[in-house]
Amino acid sequence: MVESKQQWKAWLYLAPAIILLLVFTVWPIINTVAMAFMEDYSGLASIGGEATFRFGFGNFTRVVQNAEFQQALTNTMILCLITVPVSTLLALLIAVALNAIKPLQKALQTIFFLPYVTNSIAIGMVFAAMFNVIGSVGTRRPLISSYGIVNDLIRMFGGNWVNWINSGSEYWANMFVMIVYIVWNALPFKILILLGGLAGINKQYYEAAKVDSTPRWRVLTRITVPLLSPMLAYVIITGFIAGFKEYTSIVGVFGESMGPVHEAHRLNTMVGLIYDSLASNNQGRASAAALILFMIILVVTLINLRVSKKRVHY
Amino acid sequence: MSQNTMQVMSAQNMRKTSTRQKITRVLSQTGVYAFLGLMAAVVLFPFYWMIISSLKSLAEYRLSPPTFWPTQVLISNYSEAFTTASLGMLFKNTMIVGIVSTLLSLVITIFTAFAFARLEFKGKELLFALLLATMMIPGELFTITNFATVTNLGWRNTYHVLIIPFLVSVFYIYLLRQNFMQIPNELYLAAKVDGTSDLKYLWKVMVPLSLPTLISITILKMMGAWNSYIWPRLVANDEAHRLITNGLRNAFTDTTGDVNYPVQMAAVALVSLPLFLVFVFLRKYIMSGVSRSGIKG
Repeated sequence: MVESKQQWKAWLYLAPAIILLLVFTVWPIINTVAMAFMEDYSGLASIGGEATFRFGFGNFTRVVQNAEFQQALTNTMILCLITVPVSTLLALLIAVALNAIKPLQKALQTIFFLPYVTNSIAIGMVFAAMFNVIGSVGTRRPLISSYGIVNDLIRMFGGNWVNWINSGSEYWANMFVMIVYIVWNALPFKILILLGGLAGINKQYYEAAKVDSTPRWRVLTRITVPLLSPMLAYVIITGFIAGFKEYTSIVGVFGESMGPVHEAHRLNTMVGLIYDSLASNNQGRASAAALILFMIILVVTLINLRVSKKRVHY
Repeated sequence: MSQNTMQVMSAQNMRKTSTRQKITRVLSQTGVYAFLGLMAAVVLFPFYWMIISSLKSLAEYRLSPPTFWPTQVLISNYSEAFTTASLGMLFKNTMIVGIVSTLLSLVITIFTAFAFARLEFKGKELLFALLLATMMIPGELFTITNFATVTNLGWRNTYHVLIIPFLVSVFYIYLLRQNFMQIPNELYLAAKVDGTSDLKYLWKVMVPLSLPTLISITILKMMGAWNSYIWPRLVANDEAHRLITNGLRNAFTDTTGDVNYPVQMAAVALVSLPLFLVFVFLRKYIMSGVSRSGIKG
């Protein structure tokens, strides 16, 4: 009696969450997979229920063959492969350094966490302002009124100014700006996790190293990194997942055009591509692209887990 | 140096090494501080640049080399930004969506976490594992169908389209369930013996005991409303329901070229200000929420 009453009550408590999950999580999974395998599925064409769509892999082949997809995949891969190692290494160095000091530790820790609570569109606009050149850039004889603060700093140290994001800018200049912004944005979370990991390391290891007067870099590579490896693995995996979903930071710097004025969409990413297909009522293709993104994330995560299983010391 | 050599070291030698060690330690500490100082400057620079740019006149902003402190402080950029982006309306919309969705989300999260932490029912473990599994799927996969669903429901350009689809967060349920599980079961059984109802026990004992987690959830949820961009732009891009991030991007479409940056930076500063206040006063709750998400990995 009591048992069955509890059963009934438990489902009552769960009801709101379950209903919402069925509508906005479970149904989308089924429907999106179905749409991806229906040839040329379009929400517009399906209105009225007259049109029928054949089963097939057409959406996938069309997405993969699309030049914009190849560009988006390349952009996403480049961003991931550069920003994840760079931000992880920097975060590791900062966390270890923070862990080694006493005065000012709390204050510096606060500063390093600051970028976490920012709006990625808003701060993207600040980065755009820092790299923007005001004047007739891209013409044969540019007349510049302001080079932007980053170029001003480069010129102060005797370098040549670069057209970072304006009309006529190079692909790698654009990419450089995005990499700087994404790394800046990714640091706080990584530092926080790694600092948490460092606090959990038994001090005896360091005492022993001190007795042996082991050099600092050796302590770092032989004690800290191995003992921190579960945290490092976590930070790298989540970094890759976030990297493959990169979109809003690019909208922040370049706007909806996803590229410099003379070449819009040049910096489009996988997620941007999905929304483009959705906006042009190509739900079939959008679904196929989303599934491809999911598969990529899954494979990368599995590879990461595989590698870390061999490398991670608990 | 190995332990053996340490042992044979004379007292004099020991003293020598200790001064040498002291010097290297001071040197390396200086190096550590220099590195951290440099990195802190890099992290802070965009904020500094945002604030001083927002206070400059357009003519001063264009100066090359630039001024690092405005010669003439122009507060009027802020009022101009406020009207250009109609920030008042955007603030109001975002607050409505943020507050309502946070309250509803908290109720649902508390009920669900309670069922998973305290009640017994068939298939509990399996259901919880399935919930956790959905966390792996990228949100874009849901968005495609949800966009069609809300369109069919006639919810486009309303407040509920911004609130209802995101009320259930598996991550929050997970966080709170972990917290609920730490509360000893004896308390629950004692309350049962006293004839306290589940609802009353939940409200009087479990909720107060997990207040820090609930505060973390509230802050993360409010920040989510403040920073959300993709979904609001897709489903509620009309004047009356537009949210702040989307409104900011809409009001200043040009990022490059000859833009009126001082006004744009003033708008960016105004949008960032509430986040800074949350950061200053409630940092510890955000940090604990974020780091606990790290432990589960």
